[in-house]
Amino acid sequence: MSFISSLRPGGRHGLSSRESRDAIGLAVAAVGRLAQSDLIDRVGLRKRAEQAVYSTTRNGFRVATAAGRTFARAGRNTPGARPASAASRGVFDLAPTDDEAMLLEVVRDLAAEVVRPAAAAADEACSPPAGVLTAAQDLGLATLGVPEELGGIMDERSATAGALVAEALAHGDMGLAVATLAPGAVATAIGLWGTDAQQQTYLPAFTGGSGAVPVAALTIAEPTVLFDPFDLATTAVRDGDGFVLDGLKSAVVRGADAELFVVAAMLEGTPALFLVESGADGLEVEADPSMGVRAAGMSRLHLTGVRIGADALLGDTDGTAYTECVRLSRLAWCALAVGTGQAVLDYVKPYVNEREAFGEPISHRQSVAFMVADMAIEVQAMRLLTWKAASRATRGQDHAREVGLARQLCAEKGMRIGLDGVQLLGGHGFVKEHPVERWYRDLRAVGVMEGAVLV
Amino acid sequence: MINLETPKKHATLIDQAHQLAMNMLRPISRKYDRAEHTYPKELDMLAALIDGVSETGATSGAGAGGVRRDTAADDGADGGGGKVRNGTNLASVLSVAEMCWGDTALLLSMPRQGLGNSAIASVANEEQLERYRGTWAAMAITEPGTGSDSANITTTAVQDGDHYVINGEKIYVTSGERADSVVVWATLDKDLGRAAIKSFLVRKDNPGLKVERLEHKLGIRASDTAVITFTDCRVPAEDLLGSPEIDTKSGFGGAMATFDNTRPLVAAMAVGCARAALDLTRDLLEQAGVVIDYDRPAQSQSAAAATFLRLEADWEGAKLLMMQAAWMADNRKPNSLEASMAKAKAGRVGSDVTLSCVQLCGTLGYSESELLEKWARDSKILDIFEGTQQIQQLIVARRVLGLTSAELK
Repeated sequence: MSFISSLRPGGRHGLSSRESRDAIGLAVAAVGRLAQSDLIDRVGLRKRAEQAVYSTTRNGFRVATAAGRTFARAGRNTPGARPASAASRGVFDLAPTDDEAMLLEVVRDLAAEVVRPAAAAADEACSPPAGVLTAAQDLGLATLGVPEELGGIMDERSATAGALVAEALAHGDMGLAVATLAPGAVATAIGLWGTDAQQQTYLPAFTGGSGAVPVAALTIAEPTVLFDPFDLATTAVRDGDGFVLDGLKSAVVRGADAELFVVAAMLEGTPALFLVESGADGLEVEADPSMGVRAAGMSRLHLTGVRIGADALLGDTDGTAYTECVRLSRLAWCALAVGTGQAVLDYVKPYVNEREAFGEPISHRQSVAFMVADMAIEVQAMRLLTWKAASRATRGQDHAREVGLARQLCAEKGMRIGLDGVQLLGGHGFVKEHPVERWYRDLRAVGVMEGAVLV
Repeated sequence: MINLETPKKHATLIDQAHQLAMNMLRPISRKYDRAEHTYPKELDMLAALIDGVSETGATSGAGAGGVRRDTAADDGADGGGGKVRNGTNLASVLSVAEMCWGDTALLLSMPRQGLGNSAIASVANEEQLERYRGTWAAMAITEPGTGSDSANITTTAVQDGDHYVINGEKIYVTSGERADSVVVWATLDKDLGRAAIKSFLVRKDNPGLKVERLEHKLGIRASDTAVITFTDCRVPAEDLLGSPEIDTKSGFGGAMATFDNTRPLVAAMAVGCARAALDLTRDLLEQAGVVIDYDRPAQSQSAAAATFLRLEADWEGAKLLMMQAAWMADNRKPNSLEASMAKAKAGRVGSDVTLSCVQLCGTLGYSESELLEKWARDSKILDIFEGTQQIQQLIVARRVLGLTSAELK
């Protein structure tokens, strides 16, 4: 970019395109440019030049996706195995099943003992530590949504179990929860909508037990204003007996390490899902560190004329599978919001009881105590809406309305809880000695995210 | 197994309540809003109908009296790890919500379904329960100088032989004129504080009881709200509800236990009233071409649709908190916290939803030609009586933070 063009008003540095520079502004901007480069270089203060290598903590560098493993083709091009839906007994009940309760106990331990202690460093590094990923893999979390006959750990598919696990993990840390659940989102999608061939080809790598579960990412979001997942800019065009993909996806979990992507793209005007293996020509990944959920190593995926086979289409072409995918993904984000919202509540409770001002704990003041009461009320409302939607999905009932309402409530009240959490800690809420500022940043994700996780 | 749907076993009851609300309450809703203090005579037949259905046992307690925590009564269903009950508390909140979808004031005027009946169901002993069967009991707690601080009441009850003599003034007694008895809170000894507060059932024909006047109100105008005075009012000792002992340890618990049972019911009233507004507003918006889509992002839809989605999400939260509180009561879990959460959420959501629906519908919503403006007036009381929004927040905050009422005032 030339010197003059970089001084054009608008568009960059957070400036609206309505801004204009007058003579003084141009002069100041010119001095600013000099200060940034030449003068400092001349006195030898500039750090060594940044190398154009992929770093999870900086954007602007595009590299090819990971070479990845070879998934050996297997199976027939017929509908795959489908997980069974749970039967309804018609009884209002807020207690998880025994299986869910057992699983939950283990995941809660993981969240408290492994995830939470690793959260701050992972947020800083924009990358999950290997120990957390291994521990989650050892629990079989990647195969939670995979039918038992295909190697999954639950005999019935349960979106409820998925939601409970996501909630429990996010109580530890939302970013690490997303990082650990992302491969499971792809495995679940293949379990739900894959052909026999797709299931035989990809699922053994997730369920095999030997070796690392593939890093995989479900990518729906795109970096545009007013993004609507049912009106994508990324396109799939039929070409011979395959497809060609073009577009830009965002919120791609651990894009640089991913070996398998599920990419959402418009096919003949209707959104559809495609399996894309890393290393394909035309795939580039760019780090996209964001406000929060940083431990998930968020990145952007550039697709430029990426050719894939006819067998890469995941699910149908009438948008049914895709709509289901968007809903189940939003449901997972709701569950994450509930977990992080509960973490905020659990953290501020002892804080406001111990922190004293004017000679007594600040919790003895209604203005403080009522904020805590509202947090408790709203996080429980968020949880009940999320559970209702998840339990309907578990029983195979329509859940469009319930997911829509849960997302609305979790986005709005979840952010409120994050905001109030920081406020209750005052200055302590603003500094990184306490985790509340991270939860504030993480909770902003809930209303904007699409894809990445799935229950 | 987690499931937040309407219980299968209550589905018929709720359908019936909905049909009653639609076909008996709605047609007279505006009539008695205008004719404040006129007795809705249509309710006598409705009450007889409800009594008849109740006696068959088919409803598992549809009304205000259905909140008693029996040790054996309701049947359960096997829900995996043990017996999970969907009993009379869930049936009550769901049917009350349906009736208030019809008309909140008329539900409050329903013969033999007063809040006093809930109090009897909550704290009376078996003998009293039998003796009071069929009574219509109003509830008298608030006094001119005492509202939310109900431990501070000044109405006194002094023992005199096998009677108590009650003196004092009570205000805001719902159905105070129409009911045939009143559950009144009085203190046995002002110096002993809240532990000395007991409730008494006083018959309306007691010569010491006088209905002084009826209030003119913002909403729920079909419901009569009375001022009642007690002057040397002699009540047989066996009409003291619960234990006559002044136990400073358990203290207020006995009388306050009523609230654990009635707060989910008031939450249900707000849930029902708000849903009436949502249902009609949605229909009017759709007729005006507004599409409400649960899949597309709210911010990509019209502002009206986005507002509606926000209201409906809040409403759903209130409803599920209400069901949670009732479910816990059915399953013998302590639910003071959850009851207050439900009432706090439903109370404020009731106001937000009904007022926002008037806003969305413009002068059509504001006009008496529709019922939206009425629901926006009716809903306000639901964030006030049986414990205001602020009292619920206090209760929730104390429980969540583990603070006493001396620490968090």
